[in-house]
Amino acid sequence: MNESLIRYALHLADNSLILGQRNSEWCGHGPVLEQDIAITNISLDLIGQARNFYQYAAQLINNFQKLESSKVSPPAGGGDLEGASEDSLAYSRKEEEFKNCLLVEQTKGDWAQTILRQFFFSQYQYLLFQQLQNSKDGQLAAIAEKSLKEVTYHLRWSSEWVIRLGDGTDESHKRMIKAIDELWKYTGELFEPASYELRAANEGFGVDVSKLKEPWQIKVSDIFSEATLIPPSGGWAALMQTGGKEGKHTEHLGSIFTELQYMQKTYPGCEW
Amino acid sequence: MNGKGAMTVHSINKEAIYSYLEEINDPEVPVLSIIDLGIVRDVKMNNEELEVIITPTYTGCPAMDMITATIKIQLATLGFKKIKITQVLSPAWTTEWMSDEGKRKLKEYGIAPPNPTQQVCDQKLFAAAEAVQCPHCDSYHTHRISEFGSTACKALYQCDDCKEPFDYFKCH
Repeated sequence: MNESLIRYALHLADNSLILGQRNSEWCGHGPVLEQDIAITNISLDLIGQARNFYQYAAQLINNFQKLESSKVSPPAGGGDLEGASEDSLAYSRKEEEFKNCLLVEQTKGDWAQTILRQFFFSQYQYLLFQQLQNSKDGQLAAIAEKSLKEVTYHLRWSSEWVIRLGDGTDESHKRMIKAIDELWKYTGELFEPASYELRAANEGFGVDVSKLKEPWQIKVSDIFSEATLIPPSGGWAALMQTGGKEGKHTEHLGSIFTELQYMQKTYPGCEW
Repeated sequence: MNGKGAMTVHSINKEAIYSYLEEINDPEVPVLSIIDLGIVRDVKMNNEELEVIITPTYTGCPAMDMITATIKIQLATLGFKKIKITQVLSPAWTTEWMSDEGKRKLKEYGIAPPNPTQQVCDQKLFAAAEAVQCPHCDSYHTHRISEFGSTACKALYQCDDCKEPFDYFKCH
């Protein structure tokens, strides 16, 4: 159970870290001051979630290594795990070791694209954390319970903005349609469990994400219809891009790392 | 020891520890002590090690690291050699745990204290903003400018009577 729990915790952490990092690119560039503050506040919450999951993953990895040090090599995808910490997991792992979904690593695009991505992700995370609160693993349950309070804000805020932009001006409506075309293909991956998610769900500490698909679609349809938007052709059955959760990423993750991991790569082990 | 009752590592007096913790303020809202905020859940003594159990307010709140460091320093100056700060996430912190004294201090400082209801859990969109009392002129004729404010715990409001903008410590 330990190895899949580690992978699962890293997957949850990576999703939050990468989206938090992406949203933080708006800092000082938001369309108006209040929304600049809103999106960077959301970044802060996401990075806070990531810290909680990384700290827990680091603790599991270190315990695992103590137990297994003499006989087995460390679990693949955990990076250089000698004395893992939240920092080493965020700053020292390589692209193919990151288990975030493709949706969160896409560029921030314009405001419409950022809003739509946040809405897709927050709706997913809201459903996920509601279930994860019942995890057999006490720490995952506690992080989910805590984070759900903030995710509720994120979901309400991003839903309102989808409606405001979709049912807004011709220009904002056009941009929302473009954003849907851009991001739709990355939504399917959220509900296609990776191997460690399947094991996590089977063993009772993770969530069966395939079961979140229908409630997610219903919520998205509701908000879309209020926003006078429709899913692109192909709809729910459209061809989806996947692979991020298993470490096969788009080119955009690399460009995030050039900023996110720059300091630690240039000055390994540096501290403030 | 400031007349707060003598303590040794062998005989800890919980009340005295709490009164020392009361001197530690939230770095982002310096009128509130960590006791006012309701983040100290328990103080324990296990084999000469003093353990302080705290609950973070907001998931990404950067003040938590500083608060943890300050608690360690404060208790170390009292002679405790082994100090452990444990962060507990569940049950999740809520503004209901903020003391009445804390709410009074917030208002005096110019920040509207959290309303008792838990509206954050309400998913309704474009809901009328909660009625928040202006900390300056006590009017309820106020409106929300933004759900997010200068720190994770605050929303931005403006008073329609005295026209002053103000921070609201949102209920959580």
